[in-house]
Amino acid sequence: MELDKEAGLKPYPLPLRNVFGEALLNVARENERVVVLDGDLGNSTKAEYVRQNFPDRFFNIGIAESNLVGIGAGLAACDFIPWITSFSSFLLCNAYDQIRLAVAMSNINAKILGSHGGITLGKDGPTQMGIEDLALVGGLPTFVILVPSDPASMHAAVEAATEYVGPVFLRSSRVALPEIYSMDDCPFEIGKANIVRQGGDVTLVGCGIMVAASLRAAAKLSDEGIEARVLDMHTIRPMDIEALITAARETGAMVTAEEHLLHGGMGSNVARVVSQSCPVPMRFVGLADTYTDSAEPEDLLRKYKLLDDDIVDAARQAVAAKAG
Amino acid sequence: MNGTITSKIEVDELREIALQLRLDILEMTTKAGSGHPSSSFSATDIVTALYFGDVLRYRAREPHWPARDRFIMSKGHAAPLLYAVLARAGYFDREMLWTLRQVDSPVQGHPIQDLLPGVEATTGSLGQGLSIGIGHVLGGRLNKRDYDVYVLLGDGECEAGQIWEAAMAASHFKADNLVAILDYNKYQETGPISREMALEPLVEKWQSFGWHVEEADGHNVADVKEKLAIVSEIKDRPSIIIAHTIKGKGVSFVEADFTFHGRALTPEQAEIAREELHGTR
Repeated sequence: MELDKEAGLKPYPLPLRNVFGEALLNVARENERVVVLDGDLGNSTKAEYVRQNFPDRFFNIGIAESNLVGIGAGLAACDFIPWITSFSSFLLCNAYDQIRLAVAMSNINAKILGSHGGITLGKDGPTQMGIEDLALVGGLPTFVILVPSDPASMHAAVEAATEYVGPVFLRSSRVALPEIYSMDDCPFEIGKANIVRQGGDVTLVGCGIMVAASLRAAAKLSDEGIEARVLDMHTIRPMDIEALITAARETGAMVTAEEHLLHGGMGSNVARVVSQSCPVPMRFVGLADTYTDSAEPEDLLRKYKLLDDDIVDAARQAVAAKAG
Repeated sequence: MNGTITSKIEVDELREIALQLRLDILEMTTKAGSGHPSSSFSATDIVTALYFGDVLRYRAREPHWPARDRFIMSKGHAAPLLYAVLARAGYFDREMLWTLRQVDSPVQGHPIQDLLPGVEATTGSLGQGLSIGIGHVLGGRLNKRDYDVYVLLGDGECEAGQIWEAAMAASHFKADNLVAILDYNKYQETGPISREMALEPLVEKWQSFGWHVEEADGHNVADVKEKLAIVSEIKDRPSIIIAHTIKGKGVSFVEADFTFHGRALTPEQAEIAREELHGTR
């Protein structure tokens, strides 16, 4: 708790998925073109908040993700804004081809909510975890990819995704995330990374739960005399190339941190930008090529090295590798 | 829709249109050097009845007219047929047909939604069109529109699980303005369906999923129209017309050889085919 305070983080009582449910209900209330499709997990994703308030605009399609996506595409063609909701893993793995043709290639105005992203869904284990979702959706050229990092940014992301015309993937989490922003002061522009901590020695680039972890790491690094800049890369595509180049140039070292496979995730995309425009030493925090266990989220984060201390180690290495 | 009796004059007109469409399909695919003419030929009379038999309500100059009836070509490899029909219906210039499969042309190998006016869905990976049709049904209800949604299915396509997910959902949602038409030509890419992956009993399968089922001669436009009129009266459940067809219909040596599924006729073969098609007049 002391560390969180030092890192500027405030505890928040609700899991991020509940925040998503509230945000979705808000946009459904504000915009009658919003419809919600569920793969029989509305009680987990919290899309059910819309069912409870606007039952006519909520469709449970059952455990049939391919059909779920296709029906959403048809609704989009009737000028509705479908939010197609389920677990990230089930949607992208079961219905990848439908998302590819009916959403991405057709470039329709549909939103995909991938809940329970990453490993912090915990005890239900690797069959339910979306650890490859960002890589998969990254293979669909027209998609905007959003990974909000706290409650306020979840609200902002749902609003921005609904306003944006075109395919959007948004990742949500089962766990509670501390507040980084406040509800009335949360800058959120698609494609524009937020600098959530200034620093000149190294840049920590995070998304989702790893932004808070990066802020904790930055607080620890500060005690060692290393001042880290922290970038909240809430949009994986389009990537904020300018923020990355500026950070690389000004800090000379970079660490990426994500709750996702290193293969094909945010870090590899950041590296593609940085290596081309302003190469600096980089280190990558994320999941190695492995599936995890069923366990408490904290135990998994420790075992698979996704904690602030792992970011600290990576940052030390990146700083040490700077030329001269 | 008009009555169920189609006049002799109208039948003759529709047959002439179907002939012209087959000639266009032949020309397009032979010029492109690839494509699926035989899969297009088997469905030509069905789609002719829909677009030119006073069944579909559409405005070619207003492709997104909200009140339009929908037609979704789920068996996307019959794209040449869809394009030929849309051109004839006035959605775009017929000259564009000859750019099939060429670089920078919107006349793509398989249909891409809205890349050409009138193309309602991106299809080609099979099994997807029926679900999209259900979305149009649900959207129509919310928009308080009473249009009909027609989805043309291939038979091999019915091996895909998504078709049955959609079959279940359409019945659950009582989608009585959804009409599937199955182009049942009895062949899939690698051979006869009965040999490769048996679909029968098809009528019972669809009935058990809660659908009203009709069968039709898919090359008899009057019969197709009659069955369309019957299913338009069915309430509280979706309908399917299982249309018995012949793959490659109209050209004897294509009818006799299922390996024409994914290939075009050579210019020499096309010349013979053209004569045969004219002979059916």
